[in-house]
Amino acid sequence: MISHLASASSTAVAAGDIKLPSISYSALSPILVVFGVACLGVLLEGFLPSRLRPQVQPVVAVLGFAAALGCVVSLAGTHELTAANAVAIDGPALFIEGTLVLFGMVSVLMFAERKADPDGGALVADAASLPGQGTHRLAARNSQTEAYPLMVFAVAGMMLFAAADNLLVMFVALEILSLPLYLLSGLARRRRLLSQEAALKYFLLGAFSSAFFLYGIAMLYGYSGTVSLQGIAVSSGLLGKTDFFLYLGLGLLGIGLLFKIGAVPFHAWTPDVYQGAPTPVTAFMSAATKIAAFGALLRVLYVSFAPTQWDWRPVVWLFAILTMVVGAIVAITQRDVKRLLAYSTIAHSGFILVGVAAATQNGISSSIFYLLAYGFTSLGAFAVVMLVRSGDGEANDLGQWQGLARRSPLLAGTFAFLLFALAGIPLTSGFTGKFVVFSAAIGGNATFLVVVALVTSAIAAFFYVKIVVLMFFQEPRAEGPVVVRGSVLTYAAVGVGIAVTLMLGIYPQPVLDLAREAAQFGFVS
Amino acid sequence: MNPANYLLLSGVLFTIGTVGVLLRRNAIVVFMSVELMLNAVNLSLVTFSRLKGTLDGQVIAFFVMVVAAAEVVVGLAIIVTIFRTRRSASVDDANLLKY
Repeated sequence: MISHLASASSTAVAAGDIKLPSISYSALSPILVVFGVACLGVLLEGFLPSRLRPQVQPVVAVLGFAAALGCVVSLAGTHELTAANAVAIDGPALFIEGTLVLFGMVSVLMFAERKADPDGGALVADAASLPGQGTHRLAARNSQTEAYPLMVFAVAGMMLFAAADNLLVMFVALEILSLPLYLLSGLARRRRLLSQEAALKYFLLGAFSSAFFLYGIAMLYGYSGTVSLQGIAVSSGLLGKTDFFLYLGLGLLGIGLLFKIGAVPFHAWTPDVYQGAPTPVTAFMSAATKIAAFGALLRVLYVSFAPTQWDWRPVVWLFAILTMVVGAIVAITQRDVKRLLAYSTIAHSGFILVGVAAATQNGISSSIFYLLAYGFTSLGAFAVVMLVRSGDGEANDLGQWQGLARRSPLLAGTFAFLLFALAGIPLTSGFTGKFVVFSAAIGGNATFLVVVALVTSAIAAFFYVKIVVLMFFQEPRAEGPVVVRGSVLTYAAVGVGIAVTLMLGIYPQPVLDLAREAAQFGFVS
Repeated sequence: MNPANYLLLSGVLFTIGTVGVLLRRNAIVVFMSVELMLNAVNLSLVTFSRLKGTLDGQVIAFFVMVVAAAEVVVGLAIIVTIFRTRRSASVDDANLLKY
């Protein structure tokens, strides 16, 4: 970053020596637009009257995401390093940025849903007030509209996280994406205690893992004298250096990244946070955090540690196997829908790690395709969870889902289709995603890993089918769930999830080509 | 003095922080232990900066301080909110989410 200063003289630097780095604002425009919209959201929060905010904030967020998507599209084919080599705008980064923005748009629809809950929305009216206090009732129809700028900040951090080509920028981006998510997890309107507990757990464990990430950065800096990803790659190719700090650094950095991904054994937070957080936030986290964290993991492994890939590949194998097996087996015993979907995301992280372990160009393209396909399916599934309710909020207990098809065949059919996609049945995006990831892994000589993945897919299919049987072939309970009608925004989110899942199952070629082109030149270096 | 000793000290501080996170029961103390870990990293960064003769490590240490300050804001907000509802800051009491 400023190493040219230090090489001039390590102790005293004259003011005239400092040269400003050239920044390509056009290449950074998607990230800058999203950051700008987040700041605008904060200003609106301060200056708009409270009755207007719930209408204006979602519109501003969606328009901002649309503008950022336009910037991403106009940048297609860019392959450059900018801001003193701190940010890399290349195919995979742009693909991930575009996908994140789309996930953001769909999530805003779910955030803005105010019909599903009779009190208005999934987000609490006033996060600071205690349940049962006077202010709590007065503000009942309101909701905490700070959620929108927080969520936009998280998206901006994720975009930067996947594009960072420098470990310092990566760390700052990690915090920009994490801090809003900690707060968002605590904003559920119903079951406040669970939501606050989720926020506390996510925060303490997240801060713990980012300390490891940071110690990894320090070790890699100690090894190579730089924090730029290529700098580390260059110095790790040199002979005659003790690589103790290199491997220590990679290990510690890996803990931080695998935590965000939710890979076993760093997954313990996932089910608790997914269950306690408001469902729109859970949906957003399951889709967006995952793709951003995998983007960063791919970049670190494929750029910085390309010269040492024979050392880290077996470790990624191990984590992939552990993650798939634990995710799929523990999911079988779950009784809560959101917890079950959380274990399902853990298993899916394992499948994507199979693609990462390929360490080839197909490894990049198949992983990012899988992440896109999985993200939309997951958003759709959580949107369905928002619509099935009982007296005190969402009906999350699986027993309450019994016989849902009698109450609402359409909703049950929709959920069944999304579950089949998560299981990887043909004609859904789940099948296409698994197919490309597994074929990339075979191409990268990881056939054993694919065998394990196929066996765990079969185990995972068991619990998805179990829910379908529960919904369609069992009698509903007397106090069964109510299916909310008239929630247009949530319907739209479900619709997008279904449409993308079906499209990528039947005609995936355009998106596959896009992912392949994005990965064609690999990461810029 | 041999700069490697500072690295050892940083490792010891980081370990104390890790053990603190794992063993202490009060959310505030757990959080303080995380901060100790971050400061241990700062010590490492500054030492490496001295060893390598580049300024990057010192600059990163400043960034870490800023990020740690932001983390305090968010973290204390969450801990205070849960304290107000539960009348306890013990991480053992927050045990509704399990299995």
